[in-house]
Amino acid sequence: MAENSQQSTPVVAEHLRSWNPRAVESVLEFHGEITIVVPRELLRSAAERLRDDSSLQFNLLSDMTCVDRFPAEPRFELNYHLTSISRREKVRMRVAVPGDNPVADSVTSVWPGAGWMEREVFDLFGVRFSGHADLRRILLPDDWEGHPLRKDFPVEGQR
Amino acid sequence: MTTVETATGPAKTMVLNMGPQHPSTHGVLRILLELDGETIVKAIPDLGYLHTGIEKTCEAKTYSQAITLTDRIDYLAPLSNNLGYCLAVEKLLGLEVPKRAQYIRVLLAEMTRIASHLVWLGTHAIDLGAMSVFLYCFREREEILKIFEMVAGQRMMTSYFRIGGLALEPPTGWLRAVDRFVRMMPGRIDDYETLLTENRIWMARTQGVGRINLQDAIALSMTGPALRAAGLAYDNRKLFPYSSYKEFDFQVPVRTESDCYARYMIRIAEMRESLKIIRQAMDKIPAEGPIRAEAPGIVPPGREKMKTEMEALIYHFKIFTEGFSPAPGEAYVTIESPRGELGVFVASDGTPKPLRVHFRTPSFVNLQSLPKMVEGQMIADVIACIGTIDIVLGEVDR
Repeated sequence: MAENSQQSTPVVAEHLRSWNPRAVESVLEFHGEITIVVPRELLRSAAERLRDDSSLQFNLLSDMTCVDRFPAEPRFELNYHLTSISRREKVRMRVAVPGDNPVADSVTSVWPGAGWMEREVFDLFGVRFSGHADLRRILLPDDWEGHPLRKDFPVEGQR
Repeated sequence: MTTVETATGPAKTMVLNMGPQHPSTHGVLRILLELDGETIVKAIPDLGYLHTGIEKTCEAKTYSQAITLTDRIDYLAPLSNNLGYCLAVEKLLGLEVPKRAQYIRVLLAEMTRIASHLVWLGTHAIDLGAMSVFLYCFREREEILKIFEMVAGQRMMTSYFRIGGLALEPPTGWLRAVDRFVRMMPGRIDDYETLLTENRIWMARTQGVGRINLQDAIALSMTGPALRAAGLAYDNRKLFPYSSYKEFDFQVPVRTESDCYARYMIRIAEMRESLKIIRQAMDKIPAEGPIRAEAPGIVPPGREKMKTEMEALIYHFKIFTEGFSPAPGEAYVTIESPRGELGVFVASDGTPKPLRVHFRTPSFVNLQSLPKMVEGQMIADVIACIGTIDIVLGEVDR
């Protein structure tokens, strides 16, 4: 079970907190992986901070994906897997997105590589990214109805 | 369509549809090319023709059943995908795999890298008009597939790595076959180099073609041989070692030209490094020892035990009927697949079926930089660029 680590806050979280005390909602640690939960409204500025802070340098966006926790709310969880090449470190940035208004800021201005990853999440989960220059479906046909990786979309397809 | 300035005044550009049934797209990739004469103004890749919903299907299978789906993501490097997925689930469970199994995994993963690079080299060369290389590459790949068949019983869809270890004990004498291959291969790589490395046509088609600078490459999350050809020694086997890779001695080839030729040279050098790793693994693999972790209820018991112990029989039945339930949480593992960084994200909600499985496939992410590589270049260069990004459409579309 993921739990709050009280005794030793990871350096990444400390740096983010010293920049903006509201930037870190919580820090989770599980099997050596650090997850920093960031409020939705600070997503893009926290991403910029993680990339540009000289003692963090998370310059490679390894992956970005979504988890649907239906029927729990907030339903969607965006996970950004970041790598700092120079510091040989990885961190996961997480943002919770509610089901009734599934919108988050796009991070394409921070990591252009997020372009297709966000299109994929939009295509399969229906989460929209504001500020994305080209938010279209990427894997499914344009006229497809629904978002198949949502938990309320049946595995055998909609009839 | 846009208007462009030409020698004879303003002219309209032309939109050309390349694929999805074009042999040089290595599958079913469609690219919309906006052309000014033969020069590319804009390239827009269109994906999804091979989308099979593998991630959704994983959510309806138990953790062990999903392994067979991972083979089908990147069908040219099935063992790399098996490895990535198994490592992620093992991390979720906190399972330690016996050393013997780890070394065998390394050996087979490197064989996979060579097999995948051989298919890349053969098809890339045939795209650029060098027919014979293709035949030689597939001849050698056949030897690797024979070893896979020997070990796993399957040539391509191996599913040989299982959660906690390996599916079967490798047959007696399999290392002799590996040894024969390792002795034969360096000379064969020399042969390919004789045909291509200093070939004037090859150099003209690849040198200075498809350049991308390092900054753009990192910004676009590019990984694998393409990133190393741009001047950065980013290799998960060195930076974030897994499966005992830190015990192996090998180099990470780097070049700085960042063109199609540099990517070709990197992959050739990587095949030689893989042979080095295979040789070391052959010495390291103990003759005897467990190939599966001792984890009742997660790793199936051996056949012998099942027939003599009541408990083992119960576990066997439970594993194959309902599966096992990792504690709720997430794990993200990255490995160096032949094509680049393969990331596997597995989330558990405490039930026997994964809440979410996501594959960060190198083909999908690397393909994103194709427009950057080809815009401003000639139409024939698109084919060289697709070749050196080394995409597998099964992996792009999943």
